[in-house]
Amino acid sequence: MRNFLKRFYVFLIFLFLYAPIFVLMAYSFNSSRSRGTWGGFTLKWYRELFRDREIMISLKYTIIIAVLAAIIATILGTAAAIGISSMRKFPRSLVMNISYLPVLNPDIITGVSLMILFIFSNMNFGFTTMLIAHITFNTPYVILSVMPKIKQLDANIYEAALDLGATPSYAFWKVILPQIMPGIVTGCILAFTLSIDDFVISFFTTGVGVPNLSITVFSMARRGVNPKINALSTLMFLSVLALLIVVNLRMSRDIKAKREKESVSI
Amino acid sequence: MDKKSFIAYPYVVWMVLFIIVPILLVFYYGFTVETSAGVQFSLENFKRFFEPVYLVVLLRSFGLAAISTIICLLLGYPLAMILAGKDFKRKNVMLLLLMVPMWMNFLLRTYAWLTLLEKKGIINNFLSMLNLPTINIIYTTKAVVLGMVYNFLPFMVLPIYTVLSKIDKSVIEAAEDLGANSLTTFKKVIFPLSLPGVISGITMVFMPAVTTFIISRLLGGGHYKLIGNLIEQQFLSVYDWNFGSAISIIMMIIILISMAVLSKYEQIREGGGLL
Repeated sequence: MRNFLKRFYVFLIFLFLYAPIFVLMAYSFNSSRSRGTWGGFTLKWYRELFRDREIMISLKYTIIIAVLAAIIATILGTAAAIGISSMRKFPRSLVMNISYLPVLNPDIITGVSLMILFIFSNMNFGFTTMLIAHITFNTPYVILSVMPKIKQLDANIYEAALDLGATPSYAFWKVILPQIMPGIVTGCILAFTLSIDDFVISFFTTGVGVPNLSITVFSMARRGVNPKINALSTLMFLSVLALLIVVNLRMSRDIKAKREKESVSI
Repeated sequence: MDKKSFIAYPYVVWMVLFIIVPILLVFYYGFTVETSAGVQFSLENFKRFFEPVYLVVLLRSFGLAAISTIICLLLGYPLAMILAGKDFKRKNVMLLLLMVPMWMNFLLRTYAWLTLLEKKGIINNFLSMLNLPTINIIYTTKAVVLGMVYNFLPFMVLPIYTVLSKIDKSVIEAAEDLGANSLTTFKKVIFPLSLPGVISGITMVFMPAVTTFIISRLLGGGHYKLIGNLIEQQFLSVYDWNFGSAISIIMMIIILISMAVLSKYEQIREGGGLL
């Protein structure tokens, strides 16, 4: 009985979390525009989605900005994390505390403050300003993911490489980098997803003609319900689900492989 | 080692340009007013915020965010406990399922409720099909709270789950051996040990809830302005940067102080746990 209640509670919460998404998905195949009636199965909204120029342009910008911002933030942030860790105590804590600001500050304040800066410096709002904004809020997350890995590094290994005749740069690429790689990858993925999902900061820092997906959905939703958004939600949901399943399978496979390797070596 | 710090310089320059300077600009606008005699230092903007019209917005933001946080805690804590329990199978799958909606676009999730709650939306159609009275909560504060709970519930569950699943099982067994019933064990052992998770859950729900302007705009229909809407309005439609900056400064200070207090409290608890 107790177990049943527990399961039922979990079921209710997941129903609450998933029902809206599933309803949207079901109605993306509804040929009637109003949600009251079921007009039969159709793929019309998907065809219209791919023909919608506004959505396709924002999809393009969302992906370009997310890829560029993630790559630049990863390079900038990794270099910063390595540099910061060899700073003296005072500048180190100063830089780290300032880096926490975009993480802790509400998005709206980061967005508004960057908007003031861009207007102040007479920049044209559009692709560049949005990219700068995304790099700015992504980089601290990269630093925060790489930093713990650097702290775990054993300085002796690097010195051993130098003693064995490696140049500092060779030792960096062959010894340090492989060890902090998991942190860099985590940071990069985090930056990419934050960038894909961002609305508020992009809203304040982009210009006419350079929307991202969130901005387009926002302006469409304000005009009322639109079946094309249902189709878009379905595609987004399925791709997120597929991505998470792949990542999880890979992780569990790695763990399994590791276990087998260990059991062999024993 | 000290020689290596130079490779952080590109980031330091970036940080100064795009983190420090923008914040300084916000402070500059917040503490000045434009008069015919030019720009002058003034506390006028801050004084204006304490007029009743704006105080209502502040109180509403904190009120709605607090209600949503409490609901998230009440719904999320039992869920975290069940998922962390030893007799619950397929934990990883459930955690994954909890995270999937979180990874989907925030706007799309909020939009989903818009279509459900509409006057002639799916829920009401369903209710009238069963001859039940329809509900009209769209464009009310109830819809805003619902939107907040829906969007932020996973942020409450995950930190609590993490802390609960790390609790040493022998501590709980010890409490039971010493004669505590399950309620006492929960009150005296499990709940106090899970407090760090509860605190980070509260932070992760309350902070985005208090500053949101999308949920209130889409589900509240713009009738119930929150502090985020007020800031957006000052910058994008009224063009009163000075007042907008002052509100931003107030919000930033409130949030940074509450973060500092909460993290202090968390550290004390963790320190206490070691004794």
